[in-house]
Amino acid sequence: MTSVTKEITAQAMAVRTAATLFIFVVIFTGLLSGAYLWTKPAIEASATEEKMKLVDEVLPRSEYDNNLLDDTLALTETPELGQKDPSTLFRARKAGKPVALVFEAVAPDGYAGKIRLIVAIRASGEVAGVRVTQHKETPGLGDYIEIKKDKNKARPWITQFTGMSLAQVSDKEWKVKKDGGRLDYYAGATITPRAVTKAVHKAAKWAEANRDRLFAEGAAK
Amino acid sequence: MITREEFKTIAENGIWKQNTSIVQILGLCPLLAVTTNAVNGIMLSLATIIVMALSGVAIASLRNLIPHEIRIPVFILIVAALVTVVDLLFNANLHELYLVLGIFIPLIVTNCIVLARVEAFAAKNPPLQSTFDGIFMGIGMLWTLGLLGALREFIGSGTILGGIDMVFPDLHPIQVLPESYPGFLLALLPPGAFILLGCLIAWKNWMEARAAERAKLKPPAPIATAGCH
Repeated sequence: MTSVTKEITAQAMAVRTAATLFIFVVIFTGLLSGAYLWTKPAIEASATEEKMKLVDEVLPRSEYDNNLLDDTLALTETPELGQKDPSTLFRARKAGKPVALVFEAVAPDGYAGKIRLIVAIRASGEVAGVRVTQHKETPGLGDYIEIKKDKNKARPWITQFTGMSLAQVSDKEWKVKKDGGRLDYYAGATITPRAVTKAVHKAAKWAEANRDRLFAEGAAK
Repeated sequence: MITREEFKTIAENGIWKQNTSIVQILGLCPLLAVTTNAVNGIMLSLATIIVMALSGVAIASLRNLIPHEIRIPVFILIVAALVTVVDLLFNANLHELYLVLGIFIPLIVTNCIVLARVEAFAAKNPPLQSTFDGIFMGIGMLWTLGLLGALREFIGSGTILGGIDMVFPDLHPIQVLPESYPGFLLALLPPGAFILLGCLIAWKNWMEARAAERAKLKPPAPIATAGCH
């Protein structure tokens, strides 16, 4: 008899424990989804603001007069930009005339994985600006590609691209100095700048080849 | 409530006797990754203080409702949920601070200090004590990571306060050693962190041993926590 009662208690215990765990899971999952839903609008708003801030860094606001975040073009997979996923391209115009294309490019061959860039290329083919948006390069070594981490405050590394264009700079020169090009790099981290340089070069080429289509497509406004 | 004596013990344990980084040797992953300068180390610690205080109070309040057999999954659930909620709330409401601390908050999930303190302290003590325990453990981590970061940065690149511009955009790192200092890469890479951490532990043990000798007492046995890095 005792063994039977024991078995029942053990079972009852197991059920009770499982129920307790389940209740905890439900409560904390609820807490998580509540926090997520409650914070979502604010997070999205600041994400848009962040995006605008990034765009401001690569292209001065005075150069265009349209609402750039609304004048977009959805890009499908674009291997030329290293993009395996769909991305968005922003078009800057002044008085309806094309000014610049702002888009994301990915350098797939960074020292520690992908380096994400935002690139602005003027209608003339000139690079208006490049910024790194996401990377995992070694802190203190390869992270100078990020303007905030660059010790050279007067002329950060990433600003070297500004003003470069395919017309002025030959393919051979679109490389870091170590590879015979014209771009500086810091000793100790060559793979990182090499990857970024290659990605920007490819982005410039892609923009040059597709410029007219990109500005015209779906432009109703 | 909390007595003066209890408070003193909690503070002493957190800051020195049970210091997470140099006595308990916990949370080495973020320690190695983050302490390339003092500012990063301090920021990670601040984020940890917030999470530890919150998880301490949450688990201490619920401790009588949690069956002993399933305490670990429940603790993990609570800590992970809290970290995520803190992350979301920071992102939404304190965006400026989030930009500074934000990258460190997900790192805390990989930090077993939180779980270790919850299991060792909050599960057995009232909420107020547990909150203080979390805060002081965090302060202990703060000075250790700050010091380790400062040392690595000084030896590695000859500056102090590198990364300060991330927190206060107007400030810049101060170059202490001459500009021509070639830098010592090893200090900035993970092995350098291990070596310097070893030196810090040795220094702490030396201090303890000296104090013990003076008191003519045996040095306290180091508390080792295995299986959690």
